[in-house]
Amino acid sequence: MRIGLFIPCFIDTFYPDVGIATLELLERLGLDVAYPFDQTCCGQPMGNSGFTAECHAVERLFVENFAGFDAIVCPSASCTNQVRNKFSVDDEAGRLVRGKTYELVEFLHDVIGLDRLPRAEFPYQVTLHNSCTALRALDHEPAPEMNLPFHSKPRALLATVEGLTIVETDRAGECCGFGGTYSVTEEAVSARMGLDKVTRQQNTGAAYVVSADMSCLMHQQGCAARAGIDLNYLHIAQILNGYRP
Amino acid sequence: MKRIDIDHAEGRSRRIDTPGHHPEREAQPRGAIRRGKRPIDHAEAAERFLAAPDHLAFHDQRLWDLRQKRDREAFAIPEWEELRDLASSIKDYALANLDTLLEEFERNAQANGITVHWARDGAEHNRIVVEIMRRHDAPLLVKSKSMLTEECGFRDHMQEQGLAVIETDLGERIQQLDNEDPSHVVVPAVHKLRADVAAVFAKTLGTDPDNHDPAYLAEQQRESNRPLILGAGVGMTGANFLVAETGTVVVCTNEGNADLSANVPPVHIVSAGIEKIIPRAGDLGVFIRLLSRSALGSPITQYTSHFRGPRLGAEMHVILVDNGRSARLGMQQFRSALKCIRCGACMNTCPVYRRSGGLSYGATYAGPIGLIIDPTIDQRKYSALPYASTLNGSCTAVCPVKIDIHQQIHAWRGIMAEQKEPSRTKRTAMKAAALLLAHPSAYRVAVRTVGTVLPHMPRFAVYNPLNAWGRGREVPNAPRRTFHDWYKANRT
Repeated sequence: MRIGLFIPCFIDTFYPDVGIATLELLERLGLDVAYPFDQTCCGQPMGNSGFTAECHAVERLFVENFAGFDAIVCPSASCTNQVRNKFSVDDEAGRLVRGKTYELVEFLHDVIGLDRLPRAEFPYQVTLHNSCTALRALDHEPAPEMNLPFHSKPRALLATVEGLTIVETDRAGECCGFGGTYSVTEEAVSARMGLDKVTRQQNTGAAYVVSADMSCLMHQQGCAARAGIDLNYLHIAQILNGYRP
Repeated sequence: MKRIDIDHAEGRSRRIDTPGHHPEREAQPRGAIRRGKRPIDHAEAAERFLAAPDHLAFHDQRLWDLRQKRDREAFAIPEWEELRDLASSIKDYALANLDTLLEEFERNAQANGITVHWARDGAEHNRIVVEIMRRHDAPLLVKSKSMLTEECGFRDHMQEQGLAVIETDLGERIQQLDNEDPSHVVVPAVHKLRADVAAVFAKTLGTDPDNHDPAYLAEQQRESNRPLILGAGVGMTGANFLVAETGTVVVCTNEGNADLSANVPPVHIVSAGIEKIIPRAGDLGVFIRLLSRSALGSPITQYTSHFRGPRLGAEMHVILVDNGRSARLGMQQFRSALKCIRCGACMNTCPVYRRSGGLSYGATYAGPIGLIIDPTIDQRKYSALPYASTLNGSCTAVCPVKIDIHQQIHAWRGIMAEQKEPSRTKRTAMKAAALLLAHPSAYRVAVRTVGTVLPHMPRFAVYNPLNAWGRGREVPNAPRRTFHDWYKANRT
């Protein structure tokens, strides 16, 4: 299986370590991974704001870059959701690419069936942040509002990390207020939601916040830093790849 | 005997204390500023709401409390999700057969002695009510809560006609006395603290301004309202459901005020949106189980009254109001919003609504469902509202009739962008970003600039008023090397 690695624009720019952890993790699992150089972005900033026509060329580029792979893996739920469920390209090549694009957690859990990691140890308390997309669009866990049997893909993966314990954040299923361009168009509400989120994370006593969505973490990290709250934000790929503080 | 605690009315919720000690009473934040057709600025109104910490904390916690109670009730019913499916499909059926069901309702209601009126819009609705009142020489109408009459600008119109309208729902009466719109479809004064209510009542009903006790305030309101109810010539209620099969009007309230409005005066007028129709009496069980659980987290509304005809010697009128609903039915993308049963669950769960207050939306309908409905009423005026959402989807997951609320909000953004409603700056930025992201080499140059320039920029340049990100958050540190460059150096 040839895997195309899709590293979203903001991870490429601000969090290269998350991209590296994703790549190394997949490599250590013995997978054949390549990173196409001409990739840019999934088009979400425009698509999210309703500018779908403007996304067309960006989507086209994505399909060209990834058409040759058996699977496309991306360490971001919202970007994966954009490709899989929001793209407007609907020709055969487009449909094929959309159908084999996976978010990292679901790829490891559903496709690889990962139940043991090569080496990962993290003897700390962490609190898990599930993004709204991971919960309500990608089924990492059932939407907390719905009366459905519980399952958790990120928890199943984190259970394979030695020494790691998860503590629960109050109102865990509530949006942190990032919301893509929302973070700028309604800056005040967005920042307040972020502050409420990081305050509740702080109340757990955990030193680390872990998530499959770095964009939420970028916002939360910014809110925590501004409020002087001492929390460390890590992408789940980093933990699974054996991150040591 | 064992006492059974029933914790279900709005007023029976656990008390929420706001943090901190504020010897000076915090002024109640007011809603969005309305300037004719100019777009409502939700962000600006929300910012003012956020600047009132006592109100913010209370509002957020009070509604989150309702959401938690809703969860407890919903999770106690094993077939909850099937119930939602069922409710959704009944509503789909009703909308697909709206014309014949409404005629069936009219026939059956008339057979029971009800006079049925049809109103194309709010003005026609108001005219019909005025006519009935003039015919009965009634100067005073008492009404229970109805969002439809808010849509119709009913109270203002009646005032212009020299006719008095008194709200009998406690929250709605508070809002009427304060000259404010309801901020929530179920709990209309939820944005007010007890002290705000005490201030309004002191000014309008002459109560003790320093007595903030809810029981005292409710009692004072009741004392002032009861004689008016007894003396009113006409009573008005809304309708939660219209049953086509039987011609019955079903009204759900927690205060019993609808029953007073309907049963005490000699004339009962029902104002009902045409989408309130359901086919059979047997369908009611589905909706009654969902309505109050979704709204307040209580198993049932305190009073669920079925009005099937006028009582002896009295008159009963039903006004079936369109007011844009047929047009909405024709909007393929947004017609499912007509399934809404006005439970307010989407508002209670919405993190944006809870932190901005219903009045910040500057429209009859606030919160997630409002973001869909309001632009169908006035696209220009409510053009910014679809952006007042993080699209987190919690509203969709709680909706008892399974309206895909957040997806419709996103669909509105598409229409606003197409029709050039967002500012020129935003449109230009989006076009530029799209162009850049479609050209890998140009994109690479731009990304490298972020990485090399940002760390060296002085703080005042990053945190200036134009940079909305930096106002409430730190900007991430851009590392010197992107993933792209690392990969080039290490894997090729």
